[in-house]
Amino acid sequence: MDKILRKNEFWLFCILLLMAFIVGGSNDAFWSRTNLFSLFKSSVVMGIFALGVLLVIVSGGIDISFPAFAVFSFYITVKYLLYIKFTGPVVIPFAMSMAIGTLLGLMNAFLISTFKLIPLIVTLGTGSAVTGFLRAFVGTGTLSNLPQPLIDFSRWNIYTETLSDGSVIGFSGSFLILIALSLAVAFVLRRTTLGRGVYAMGGDLTAAVRAGLPVPKLYYFTYGLVGALAGTAGIVHCSLIRLANPRDLEGAEMEVIAAVVLGGASLTGGKGTVSGTILGVFLIVLIKGSLILVGIPTDWQKVAIGVVLITATALTAYRSSKGGR
Amino acid sequence: MSGEIVNLTEIEKSFGGVQVLSKVSLSVKEGEICCLAGENGCGKSTLIKIISGVYSHDGGQIALNGRTYPRLNPIDSIREGIQVIYQDFSLFPNLTVAENLALSDQVESGRAIVSWERMRRIAGESLAMIGIEMDPDKTVEELPVSGKQLVAIARAVYCNARLIIMDEPTTTLTQKEIDSLFTLIRNLKEKGISTLFVSHKIREMLDITEKITIMRNGRVVAGGDTGEFDEIKITQAMTGRDIGGERFHWSGVDEEPLLRTEKLSRRGAFSDIDLTVRSGEIVGITGLLGSGRTELALALFGRSPADGGKIFRSGMEVVIRSIQDAMENGIAYVPEDRLTEGLFLEQSIERNLFANTYKKFERFAGLLDFKKIRAAADKAMDDYGIVSPDIALPVRSLSGGNQQRVVLARWMSTGAEVLILNGPTVGVDVGSKFEIHKKLREIAERGVGILIFSDDIQELIMNCNRILVIHKGRFTDELQSDCLKEHDLIDRLNAYR
Repeated sequence: MDKILRKNEFWLFCILLLMAFIVGGSNDAFWSRTNLFSLFKSSVVMGIFALGVLLVIVSGGIDISFPAFAVFSFYITVKYLLYIKFTGPVVIPFAMSMAIGTLLGLMNAFLISTFKLIPLIVTLGTGSAVTGFLRAFVGTGTLSNLPQPLIDFSRWNIYTETLSDGSVIGFSGSFLILIALSLAVAFVLRRTTLGRGVYAMGGDLTAAVRAGLPVPKLYYFTYGLVGALAGTAGIVHCSLIRLANPRDLEGAEMEVIAAVVLGGASLTGGKGTVSGTILGVFLIVLIKGSLILVGIPTDWQKVAIGVVLITATALTAYRSSKGGR
Repeated sequence: MSGEIVNLTEIEKSFGGVQVLSKVSLSVKEGEICCLAGENGCGKSTLIKIISGVYSHDGGQIALNGRTYPRLNPIDSIREGIQVIYQDFSLFPNLTVAENLALSDQVESGRAIVSWERMRRIAGESLAMIGIEMDPDKTVEELPVSGKQLVAIARAVYCNARLIIMDEPTTTLTQKEIDSLFTLIRNLKEKGISTLFVSHKIREMLDITEKITIMRNGRVVAGGDTGEFDEIKITQAMTGRDIGGERFHWSGVDEEPLLRTEKLSRRGAFSDIDLTVRSGEIVGITGLLGSGRTELALALFGRSPADGGKIFRSGMEVVIRSIQDAMENGIAYVPEDRLTEGLFLEQSIERNLFANTYKKFERFAGLLDFKKIRAAADKAMDDYGIVSPDIALPVRSLSGGNQQRVVLARWMSTGAEVLILNGPTVGVDVGSKFEIHKKLREIAERGVGILIFSDDIQELIMNCNRILVIHKGRFTDELQSDCLKEHDLIDRLNAYR
């Protein structure tokens, strides 16, 4: 019991429930399936991004290029598939976007590990360069007629229901992707030598080198995986909104990093869990999607996210400074 | 037969044309406890890095377990059983004890999947090898320093160490922890594991080691069985100077003391403290950790003021409620941890010297007279023997001893009449320590009253004319140091443990 109380995840879960009851208490619409299903659906993209950011934060680094990479990956994928009039299985666009993301991620790793540059600066640079490259050479137009397989994907529901007014709602199958990726990342971080290496290098880089860990390999692994996850999140995002817009996702990095930090990952590296991260994502999505239901204007969402972020991390810091004794 | 694990002959090393090591020879036999001694910058660290394969040597010969290596690399060194425990232990604070112990093995064995059971088993085995019990699921950051050190040693032993090199292992340990570390080192010896103890703490070398090698300026200046050495001989070899063993005598007159307290108390820290410091006196105050020693020092300087009793400065009652009060009354304080409390590390030497006294250099409208500052800085550097090519360099670039002198010079520039020092030579090498003591005596001669809070018994006996022992917040003994024996005082303190 004592152990549970000390877990960050437990408290996050309590805050999440509390928020849900506050919002649900003041507006019944919150508990409607339409709303709940849509909340789950909106947490998919942010969740996949967050898994990547978790990895990179645990490794002691940071990545702010991932939204740019995501846009780059899905836009090129969609544009190319439209060009060849693609109608094959949906796995192909996913694999393609993921591969482009991975390559971009590996570029980050190359710069960071070869030139010993600060991840913040590298990813700031590559993010900007990739965005600019996309708009200058590939295109600036919004593509609204996605290839059919992606449209089918966006309509994929694992559960559907016809409401009394005749409209049909469903629980998006894309959520399964988030679950699968969460389990995979959790396994990698917890049970593989590479994953433990990521924690170790985030804990103390010098010690990691002395202990014989393959540090350059760990950089490629971490940033490559972040890129792959960004590519995946990108293609999921553009299918769900059925729009490939090269100006999309600008500023998404802050929200995602906020969710991961809220989930208990330490920006100094070496700490963080998948379960915490997912709870953090839910919390941010809940705030973003539900404040309107309580009558709080959208402009205040950002304020609310800021307040929750600072309060939650302050609480964690306070508890860990007490718990250390 | 006992083979030689390390045998270095006439090792040479230079960096960018500067000779760092010249003709250094060193050997460690199986099961031997050796000491590599020397002041900071004598080449100890470079030598360790050569043995561990981090640096390559320019000349001479390296043989590990009888095999000669023309070019030693870290992997070979580890394979030959050389393990270095650095001062920072090189542990992962965020990981559990078990993982810290087993991670290297996990990586080396080439396993892709982690088995937590296997990790715990390895951790259990390695802790058992050094006879220690510890919760393997605790994270390392939760452990005290001594615990971290044990984990580092267990890891080294588990990696089949034949020689463990410990870099300044006792710096942050309490006496009790040092004792158990020494027991552990002796146990390792029974198992045939040698220890190379790198240190500048003389008493500890005499205690634990069998063989001593002393370095100075990149050369071996003395070496042999520990039995052939004593404190004075080691000090001379380390510093190359004849460090005087003369005790401090106070020959002032019994006039109104510069500082006097009457029943000074602070709830929960100390009570009924009657203390006098006369002009030219050096008074020592010692006590165990938690005896109220540091609290008393801070109260006299107004940082955490006393809540009862009186303080008199030259016969006048004064109220010291803040650091400003203390400074106005001519009381200066040199803190224990000069790095975090006393200095602005990134700022220049000059700014540090005059941080409290810039007002003296104002011309008009609060503008500063830089010529005057420059002259005063040069004078302070001269007076206090601060060695640096430029006063504009940050204090961080100075050695520990020089940093301490900067703090001292700064406080003396305020024109203080009472100087309080807390652990004045903690972490300072022998040569600088001697210089600081010499300086303190000079300051006392000018009529300043000095109060030293310290747990370095020898330092107190050599440099104070009176020593007060504090225990549970009260003075229990007042000793004249003239004919006081070191172990008498140590025994008294030990009785309070």
